[in-house]
Amino acid sequence: MGRGFLSTAILFAIPALAAVDFQKQVAPVLETNCLSCHGLAKALGGLRLDVKPKSTARIAEVMDIAPGEPGAMPPGGPQVSKTQREVIRQWIAEGSPWPEGFTIKVNKAVRGEATERAAVAKLHAKIAGNKFPAKMEPYKSTIPGTDVNFSMVPIPAGEFLMGGPEKDEGPLHNVKVDAFWMGKYEVTWDEYRLFMFAQQAGETAGADEVVDALSRPTRPYVEMSFGMGINGYPAISMTQHAANKFAEWLSAKTGQFYRLPTEAEWEYACRAGTTTAYSFGNDASKLGEYAWFDGNSNGKYEKVGTKKPNPWGLYDMHGNVTEWTLDQYGPYSAEPATNPWVKSTKPYPHAARGGGWTDPADRLRCSARLGSDSSWKMQDPQLPKSIWYLTDAQFLGFRLVRPLKVPAEQQMYQYWNNGVEKE
Amino acid sequence: MRIMIDPKTPQARRDFLKAGALIAGFPAILSAQSTKAIKVGLVGCGGRGTGAASQALNADDYSELTAMADVYQERIDESLDTLRKASDGKISHKVKVDPKNQFVGLDAYQKLIDSGVDVVLLATPPGFRPEQIRAVIEAGTHVFCEKPVAVDAPGIRHVLESVKIAQQKNISLVSGFCWRYSNYIKETFEQVASGAIGDIVAYYATYYTSPVKPMPDASERPAGMSDVEWQIRNWYNFSWLCGDGLVEQAVHSVDKVAWAMKDQPPVSCVATGGRQIPAKGGNIYDHFEVNYLYPNNVRAFVGCRQMEGCYNENSDYILGTKGNATIGRGPMPRIEGEKKWTFQGTKYDMYQAEHDALFASIRQGKPINNGVRMVTSTMLAIMGRMAAYTGQQVTWEQAMNSQEKLGPDKLEWNMSLPVAPMPLPGRNKVI
Repeated sequence: MGRGFLSTAILFAIPALAAVDFQKQVAPVLETNCLSCHGLAKALGGLRLDVKPKSTARIAEVMDIAPGEPGAMPPGGPQVSKTQREVIRQWIAEGSPWPEGFTIKVNKAVRGEATERAAVAKLHAKIAGNKFPAKMEPYKSTIPGTDVNFSMVPIPAGEFLMGGPEKDEGPLHNVKVDAFWMGKYEVTWDEYRLFMFAQQAGETAGADEVVDALSRPTRPYVEMSFGMGINGYPAISMTQHAANKFAEWLSAKTGQFYRLPTEAEWEYACRAGTTTAYSFGNDASKLGEYAWFDGNSNGKYEKVGTKKPNPWGLYDMHGNVTEWTLDQYGPYSAEPATNPWVKSTKPYPHAARGGGWTDPADRLRCSARLGSDSSWKMQDPQLPKSIWYLTDAQFLGFRLVRPLKVPAEQQMYQYWNNGVEKE
Repeated sequence: MRIMIDPKTPQARRDFLKAGALIAGFPAILSAQSTKAIKVGLVGCGGRGTGAASQALNADDYSELTAMADVYQERIDESLDTLRKASDGKISHKVKVDPKNQFVGLDAYQKLIDSGVDVVLLATPPGFRPEQIRAVIEAGTHVFCEKPVAVDAPGIRHVLESVKIAQQKNISLVSGFCWRYSNYIKETFEQVASGAIGDIVAYYATYYTSPVKPMPDASERPAGMSDVEWQIRNWYNFSWLCGDGLVEQAVHSVDKVAWAMKDQPPVSCVATGGRQIPAKGGNIYDHFEVNYLYPNNVRAFVGCRQMEGCYNENSDYILGTKGNATIGRGPMPRIEGEKKWTFQGTKYDMYQAEHDALFASIRQGKPINNGVRMVTSTMLAIMGRMAAYTGQQVTWEQAMNSQEKLGPDKLEWNMSLPVAPMPLPGRNKVI
């Protein structure tokens, strides 16, 4: 009996007594939990943990703070687990051996995804906790902490024939879409600049942990409106990833779920129940009443909402700036579809719609499609190229939708993360 | 009006045609050695350096990257990783950098040159440029050199000597003043030079943007990191490394002013400048406004600012006796006045064009030397900064003969290096 007890104790004790493997056990804990604030790029408090630290006193201190308690690390995201803390404590007890000259490298992709999933989980909880509106009505919403507002128009659920006469617009096929609201106007610089510059949105670090956790655009080196106007003018030159992240940020600010429209939702809203080339008919000579395009634009975009709206009250669906959709650009299937969405598998091409101020009338048709191209980043001097800005797409902007039905957390993550932002 | 853009420059197309022409029996334009590798070395492996390397590898069928230098091994690793994936992996087979040809440290550039390369790309902070240009040219190696080329007049004079050596040695020296290689901006300046707006009366250029690489909080400085390492890590915030915003960024606008003025120097300039946003231990200004006086009372005004939340603009307004040329108010440059003109063609990638020209010059044995104009444009910006820092009127001669040297004479990685105080106009002297 006694013998049996002893051997059991030894069986349990041996793994615990074995020296901690630095590269397999310690380095991954430091990498995923510490290095984004205590590494080469940033060394908060003067502490770097990608190279051998001079002292482990501070680490030992932090290991004694349970997750959720004040001072537990890392702040914001998922915190160092009990098992991980045991490993680190044992490593310190063993004299914190660090292989000579070893530098821990951060796997940015893994770290980035974990942070983003945690942020979406919180955001989903926040949005799902809000009451559903009883009726779909137009509304105007002010971005909290600012005097900037935006207007949304209800789009009823329905069915339509998607596609058109050009090669990439066929075959015509039946599509059903659920109800959503859509931006009455294209997103303007007034809104977008709040996302670019947290300070202008009146945000201070620590005030809202959901907003804090979101990724924000880098500062552009050059002026991204290219001198065409800011106040009341459409935001341009952003990547599809940036438009997705704007939607996520706006959702965090307002507690309502916003995203880019799918190609089907966009065309359905653009047609507004019509079956003609444009939502006002087939006569391109009337286009000037409804749209800014190469026939009247004077070499630049114009303020949003200065032409006639479509039958559902949406402005500039034809022209002014071409608008991002969620979908990868590819051939249509002839099959009828419900809420179709072609998810991203590669950086290019994504589908953009509606034509813009540089386009001839034909490109402004309801069914006209444009696939994005790597040349839209041509004049970015850096490599890797920016995931936020397109140096050569001054014709490109977007508008958002808010589906009536709030999606599940995993779907929400997919709507805001195309996963192909890095080329 | 459709905006047409094409990353493949006409230079690249011509080379392609030439290859076809050889088969068709036309005289060979390229030398018989045209399949011989051109070995490229990259000094400064950040975002811009990595971009330049990819352009070098795309510029010639047989160019290959064989050596890299930086002050951090991590930067080299990241750059290599990026280059292997760049251009859809099409240049990965040209990335041939043995670990023994990866050099780390302040003297890494010299080791890279000694490793035996044909072209060196210089993309470190501008404060290092003069000594690096000299070393590359003395080794008889072709060079692509990012803008600006110096941060002070002693540096400028040193580069000017190097430019002459390059001419004597028939070395190609291509400068990163990229707008000179932009087909649509080039066409605009050709219009201006041919009298489309009459005689130039004034030039107004704006470079109002957000901060480029703001100084981090002092609390982010790792314990034990030397002054020199900390300053190089945050090089954009120290005048001895970046030359200040006017010299580092707005120099693109200054370069266009010089272009319009046919690269002739001005008589003098006055300027204002200062800093509104806390410098957090850095010593650069966040705004400048310079007024250059050219012969015949022609004026050029350059304004730049790096602050968040302000009106941003990056434009050029060239005012002439018969009309105005405008760049940057909309994607297409235009001329209004007696003659109307808008750029109508396809826009090409100017960064690729720089390298296409460089590598073609090497293949054809016809050296390009952008040296004098890159020195003039950089000096023009330094002169404006001197006028702002001192609050004095500065003549071109004063500026060219200035003895003010911003950086230390001998730099060591672990040395202590106090930050020079932010210059005070009226108290700082023209030296």
